[in-house]
Amino acid sequence: MANGIKDKVAILGMGCSRFGERWEASPEDLMLEAYSEAMQDAGITPDQLDAAWFSTHMDDVGTGRGGTPMSIALRLPNIGVTRVENFCAGGSEAIRAAVYAVAAGACDIALALGVEKLKDTGYGGLPVATVGTYIPQWYPNAVAPANFAQVAAAYRYKHRVDPKTLKRAIAHVSVKSHENGSKNLKAHLQKTITEEQCLRAPTIAAPLGLFDCCGVSDGAAAVIVTTPDIARGMGKRNLVTFKALQIACSNGWELQGNGWDGSYFHTTRIAAKRAYEEAGIDRPREQISMTEVHDCFSITELVTMEDLFLSDEGCAVRDVLEGEFDASGRVPCQIDGGLKCFGHPVGASGIRMLYEIYLQLNGRAGARQLGGPSVGLIHNLGGQPSQNVCSISIIGGEGV
Amino acid sequence: MIGITAFGGYIPRLRLSREAVAQANAWYAPQFASQKGERAFANWDEDSVTMAVAAARDCLGPSEDRSHVRCVLLATNTPPFAERLNSAIVAGALTLDDTVEAADLGGTQRVALAAVTQAIARSNTYKGDVLVLAADRRRTRAASPQELEYGDGAAALLIGRNNVLAELIGSATLSVDFVDHFRATGSEIDYQWEERWVRDEGISKLVPRVVAEALKEAGVNPDKVDHFIFPTSFSRMDAQVAKACGVRGDAIAQPMMERIGNCGAAHGLIMLANVLERAQPGQVIVLAQFGSGAQAIVLRATPLIAGFKPARGVSNWLSRGKEDRNYTRFLSFGGQLQLERGMRGEQDRKTALSTAWRNRTALLGLVAGKCRVTGSVHFPPSRLSYDPGAPLQDTQEPYRLADRAAHILSWSAEYLSYHPSPPHHYGQIDFEGGGRILMDFTDLDVGEVDSGTAMEMVFRIKDVDTVRGYTRYFWKATPARDESGAIKSGN
Repeated sequence: MANGIKDKVAILGMGCSRFGERWEASPEDLMLEAYSEAMQDAGITPDQLDAAWFSTHMDDVGTGRGGTPMSIALRLPNIGVTRVENFCAGGSEAIRAAVYAVAAGACDIALALGVEKLKDTGYGGLPVATVGTYIPQWYPNAVAPANFAQVAAAYRYKHRVDPKTLKRAIAHVSVKSHENGSKNLKAHLQKTITEEQCLRAPTIAAPLGLFDCCGVSDGAAAVIVTTPDIARGMGKRNLVTFKALQIACSNGWELQGNGWDGSYFHTTRIAAKRAYEEAGIDRPREQISMTEVHDCFSITELVTMEDLFLSDEGCAVRDVLEGEFDASGRVPCQIDGGLKCFGHPVGASGIRMLYEIYLQLNGRAGARQLGGPSVGLIHNLGGQPSQNVCSISIIGGEGV
Repeated sequence: MIGITAFGGYIPRLRLSREAVAQANAWYAPQFASQKGERAFANWDEDSVTMAVAAARDCLGPSEDRSHVRCVLLATNTPPFAERLNSAIVAGALTLDDTVEAADLGGTQRVALAAVTQAIARSNTYKGDVLVLAADRRRTRAASPQELEYGDGAAALLIGRNNVLAELIGSATLSVDFVDHFRATGSEIDYQWEERWVRDEGISKLVPRVVAEALKEAGVNPDKVDHFIFPTSFSRMDAQVAKACGVRGDAIAQPMMERIGNCGAAHGLIMLANVLERAQPGQVIVLAQFGSGAQAIVLRATPLIAGFKPARGVSNWLSRGKEDRNYTRFLSFGGQLQLERGMRGEQDRKTALSTAWRNRTALLGLVAGKCRVTGSVHFPPSRLSYDPGAPLQDTQEPYRLADRAAHILSWSAEYLSYHPSPPHHYGQIDFEGGGRILMDFTDLDVGEVDSGTAMEMVFRIKDVDTVRGYTRYFWKATPARDESGAIKSGN
């Protein structure tokens, strides 16, 4: 591996809009909300930005294509703004571009911002996406819940898990996230729920019920990055730096080969291994303080605990039910409420995850602040189980 | 010797209870209160093309080599397309050679017999066999007699010179403009004239004439006929015709009206395929049909009849039926009831025809690519094969998946997207010997399948573009079932 990104880039500032059904807000309003907070946090003026990366997924219902929607919305000083899109992992892709630009020395200060305005479609759930001219002619007109629900079927089959036990374990995932989200004023859903509510909710895609699915909401998040030296020069202390940024992309093996059993995320395992190596982590269960994972569906979070090597294979059901990933558990997960409570404004989510870990590492997470976390992991997944883009980022205090 | 060298059929799984229809319409049409039995009806994703493919597969079996089929004749009065050769779609689904001659025939209830006689003539021209297919999915009006009387189904005969199971020994035709019913071009519903006139002036006078002539050509006395097939919805009309022809009453073939209804252009061949399943060597079979005249053929079973079995056969399709008492489902599948689709139903289903042509063997024939180096199977086929660590270029060879054993790896059933028959079932299917496709499931009920369930491939409607009137087809997975319709245990 090349030298990697460890400690080469620091976070100068971050911002995150309130997520939710923001009927009153345009995508431009959401961008401004996240950008203003990030700029204030960084303590810089627009003319100090060298370049920006803009993540948005659904150009047809959101902002439109290209870099101009962001440049115009934020009145940026004619710097380069590049739109990136990589399914639900687009936010992490924007972060990666900005971080790499700074690490390369091409930019001193770079901005990554993600936004999605989903609630202008007229219905719940994600809008129907176009996928070219060939795929619709053979591939099912599939929706995300059923794509991810298939992991539950395959996991249950492989590990011989009783359907009721699995249902209870994924219910625990959601109950835990709602408990966390109830302490977050920026979350879309701020109410606690019970296991009973989860189990009795209407089925969306068997075996996933309503509470196994993350919300759909509007939101934006932004991060400003620079080198540790520049940050220190600006008077910043206790820097949070990037330890690893890895993306693994499916190449058709899961979809077409017969080797994948459907019960896990192949790309997550690959990206996790690479990220741990880049960050110099060899005992993740001890060294990772907390995670923000892509809990688009409860089953995704459950199997991701195994794919990140935080649970042994086939043991995530037990570990989840024993509260290992609760706020008080061994490696707290979704301490901000996750996608479950924030909803999933696609282009913004990866940056929103980073935002929570940044707050936690800075001791600024308020009522949900964990005791002394040092390293956090962000898992941001785009696509679907059989073909996806998995991003894993690790951040921590400088020198940790 | 020229005759039938293979046969098969297809009856959709769904069987509408006539009693349920009569009950639903009792306020409006109480005259149907005494209706009994069931009629077969096509699933939302079935039409004359898909049913013809199913019948052809029943007839041809899973054989890889179909090069002996040189011509396909599709007899139907309900072709999905007025222009776009329906029989060419079928030929593609069956992975027949591009040089096959395919033609659509229609216009009368006896069109399947016309196709048979044309096939006989053609088999003198071709060195190979002619595949005769008949299928119908007729539209009816709610609360009409036809709604209860009609059925949906298909049948297939292979006509040729080698391994003849039933030799054609006589035929006769009358083509006259006797209009018992009609349907104008562009119309969906038949218009019927009075039954008594049709019985007395039409069937009773025209059919015995062709039967007598065909038997005369065959040199067979009417009382020597072992199986007399005359498809009709009219009560005891078959017996009247048999009597008028001098055929024994015990030779009259089971019309199956109680079980599947009258399957239009396909019904004669469905009855014939059913008879051939149990015909004995030497037995004489007469198939007569009425419509814009009349037509009859006479067949004699050869000793080989005892050795042939279709993949399933009409008898098996009959017993696999599932009673459905849900009248609104029937109406919806037939396009007679517009159900709310929700915003997700607004999705444009336009088909890129250039893409469809470029990928025709994969889309119509379910042909994958098998890497000749590693043996791994890819669907859709691609120029680059991939086994971990080893991308290979241009190593894939065509590899048919349609008849291979398969099972579910993962699945779900969801209520979110628009689907004509929710919940929408789909999942990953693994094929024995390699190959995997994430595909739609069809013809199954909630709770019937799980990971490991054995599945089979069926050619179905993938989507209907209601804006432009285009139907696109692809393959779907359906649970492997036994004769009773029960799902076979998984692997």
